[in-house]
Amino acid sequence: ILCIWVLYQGTQDNDTRAHGDEEHQQGNSTAHRKAFPVLSFNYEYVRKPFEISLWILLALLMKLGFHVIPRVSHVVPESCLLIFVGLLVGGVIKAIRQTAPVLDTDLFFLYLLPPIILDAGYFLPIRPFTENLGTILVFAVVGTLWNAFFVGGAMYGVCQLEGGQLRGVDLLSCLLFGSIVSAVDPVAVLAVFEEIHINELLYILVFGESLLNDAVTVVLYHLFEEFSHAGVVTVADALLGGLCFFVVSCGGILVGAIYGLLGAFTSRFTSHTRVIEPLFVFLYSYMAYLSAEVFHLSGIMSLIACGVVMRPYVEANISHKSYTTVKYFLKMWSSVSETLIFIFLGVSTVAGPHAWNWTFVIVTVVLCLVSRVLGVVGLTFVINKFRIVKLTKKDQFIVAYGGLRGAIAFSLGFLLTGNKMKDLFLTAIITLIFFTVFVQGMTIRPLVELLEVKKKRECDGSINEEIHTQFLDHLLVGIEDICGHYGHHHWKDKLSRFNKAYVKKWLIAGDRSTEPQLLSFYNKMEMKQAMMMVESGGVFGQNERKNTPPSRRKTVISKSREMEVRKMLHSNMQKNRQRLRSYSRHDLMMDPFEDDVSEVRFRKQRVEMERRMSHYLTVPAKRPEPPPSVRRVAFEPAHRVYTYDDGEGTPVEARRNASNPVSLLNESGRGFQEEEEEEKEEEQFKALRRLSDPGPKS
Amino acid sequence: MGIWQSLSGPPEYRQLAEKTGFTYEQIGVLHNRFKHLSHNEDTLRREHFYAIHDLAWNPIRAQIIEAFFDRRNLIPPEEGSLEEIHLEEFVVVMSHFKPPSLSMTDEERDSVRREKLRFLFNMHDSDNDGTITLAEYRHVVEELLSRSVHISKEMAVSIADAAMLEVAGITMGHMEPDEFYEGITFEHFLKLLNSFEIEAKMNVRFLNMNPSTVCY
Repeated sequence: ILCIWVLYQGTQDNDTRAHGDEEHQQGNSTAHRKAFPVLSFNYEYVRKPFEISLWILLALLMKLGFHVIPRVSHVVPESCLLIFVGLLVGGVIKAIRQTAPVLDTDLFFLYLLPPIILDAGYFLPIRPFTENLGTILVFAVVGTLWNAFFVGGAMYGVCQLEGGQLRGVDLLSCLLFGSIVSAVDPVAVLAVFEEIHINELLYILVFGESLLNDAVTVVLYHLFEEFSHAGVVTVADALLGGLCFFVVSCGGILVGAIYGLLGAFTSRFTSHTRVIEPLFVFLYSYMAYLSAEVFHLSGIMSLIACGVVMRPYVEANISHKSYTTVKYFLKMWSSVSETLIFIFLGVSTVAGPHAWNWTFVIVTVVLCLVSRVLGVVGLTFVINKFRIVKLTKKDQFIVAYGGLRGAIAFSLGFLLTGNKMKDLFLTAIITLIFFTVFVQGMTIRPLVELLEVKKKRECDGSINEEIHTQFLDHLLVGIEDICGHYGHHHWKDKLSRFNKAYVKKWLIAGDRSTEPQLLSFYNKMEMKQAMMMVESGGVFGQNERKNTPPSRRKTVISKSREMEVRKMLHSNMQKNRQRLRSYSRHDLMMDPFEDDVSEVRFRKQRVEMERRMSHYLTVPAKRPEPPPSVRRVAFEPAHRVYTYDDGEGTPVEARRNASNPVSLLNESGRGFQEEEEEEKEEEQFKALRRLSDPGPKS
Repeated sequence: MGIWQSLSGPPEYRQLAEKTGFTYEQIGVLHNRFKHLSHNEDTLRREHFYAIHDLAWNPIRAQIIEAFFDRRNLIPPEEGSLEEIHLEEFVVVMSHFKPPSLSMTDEERDSVRREKLRFLFNMHDSDNDGTITLAEYRHVVEELLSRSVHISKEMAVSIADAAMLEVAGITMGHMEPDEFYEGITFEHFLKLLNSFEIEAKMNVRFLNMNPSTVCY
């Protein structure tokens, strides 16, 4: 409210200031010159960026505020709250009779939508997507077409029956309206589905559909808009429309793929300028989107294709930090965009011109629901004949219920020009959006609980599962070859072999191009684990999960750390290592991952450690004779006293290191664990020491 | 459909169909493929499998072929391995890759899962002792990575070790310092791949097979 008041004042002040200046100038020649302005108010200068920043800040503060009130945010999805805030703000703005910023179509399609789609496309889970691609395509294409024609046709019928105000709505307008409201919206789906943590299959079905139906929407929209201006439709036009669909979708994908390959190729050479790596990812993707929009191709599909194509190669090339930067920037931008979209939706609702017609609006909502359900059920019946894992009734229900409409429909409606029914349509679209987001969005979570739909699996990234995924892939390919059946797995295998043999050589720098997937997975996992350990100053972070009193643990760790420090100081460390004494997190993280050399060294370090671990698995661990240079550490009397030495490859150390990952994963006895934490830390420190040791000794 | 089937199919198919759950049509297609692979002989030997050209790319070819000659994959499972197999064994091994039907109770689904995981377990456990030892698991990982030229053996070993430790962690829980982990038993294996949803993944479509596709 304060911001709006400031805005208002600003505009008022400017008028007076401009007026005042004029007066002064006129009187300049005659009167004495005015005193030097120590403090002046010039709002016009910063007006535009100021307002934009203010809006974004407001949006983010709202987002922050919701999470402070936990009860509300648990029941109501964030999107609803944001729309509600938008309504309030819009109401306030209207009350002071200012012109509110409306969800301008350019703003939406060029600035707000791309970050969300890029975020979705870059992190799209490829495996389930390609496994279910057929189903997704059927839902996206056939489903959307069915929705559009059903809603359009039925609306026309209803309008004719109703008469009165609605008689002027002709068939083409109705079909145009149908095509606008038929598309499932990715923004809304993401916003709602992210919070309910549904299982991967359903998520990818609904979300994939919302992404891929963009091509259909674009074609239908332009088609009907052209036709409604022309007035008459011929068969040739319809055929051209069909052709247009293929051009739009395949063209979009092609454009995206080209930019993706360019981006991957560029990233091959960035090993010396790591800082600008994330920018390449963003810019190439944005260019892909814009280039597709130039030709009226499907920008969304282009963006998705670019992200999907680019990702495996770019991730192999860029440094770990750049990867984190890309991830966080994408999440940040998409979060801001989503928030702004919903707030603007609320504001535009209050601001925009409305033409309310009970029949039209109610019929729209009902028809959309009905057509969605019918479409999903009918299509699933056909699809299940071709699927190995059939879709159950529960799945179908969630897919149908999750078909939310959102801001894309609104913007498309806003784009309508010269259509006398525009206000009527806009009102209906807004009501539909509100209905789906509020009613369906709010009730989907309790429904998911009620129907006991499978939730997302918590832990992934297990190396065993990765091994078995690959093993199973090869096994299925082998069986298919034995049967002589060139099926799904066979072609996938062929593609991946082609990829490995030719494409990777071109697009991935250095020897990582020949790295098999299992290896990169393993390295990533190890690095993740190591970083987690170093960041949390030991194994402390993981152990929080166990139901042992954390406070007790805390004291033991800090004590052990202190002793570590003392030992290290005593053992003639280099001067720069004395930084470790301060024990803040930042000093500990001495960037062992800064350049490739230390990365490789770190990996070799891990390999060493793992090799020692193998002793644990094959040799019964015995307590050995303590070697001469032993140090005894006394912990609290409740625990046993363990001996350890300064770290050659003995079975004792192996036991220590080996048991630590074990304790990472499950509940272990406290005493045993404390020893491990301490020793694991020691190992880490040693690793760090060896890595970032620039001094003369190395 | 039942009557039509019993009229058209040869009697030996009926027994196989009951045993494995394939339809007569599918068994017919598999029989054709069997005849094609074995050059119209009665039995298949390992050489026939090794002669399949497409399999040459496969890093785990040896294990797949062994699985066909492994007696533990028969119904009912026995010990040891065979030198040559007839159509019956061929079809029985293939039946492990049949997709589950839509309407299945939870117990049925569970038993299908066990069956498929048992097949995988037998593939890993090459010495038939009932557990997958570290050496065997290492062998599995080495085979998987065998197609990549630049991978050192150490890397494969360390991956296998990490995986083994994970299994130990999941299944054994807390271990005393003088305990050590013997190997993965079948129960551990089940627990490990519990959330893997293997009944959905380990399937081959037997619908449209063209058995005379030349792979030589």
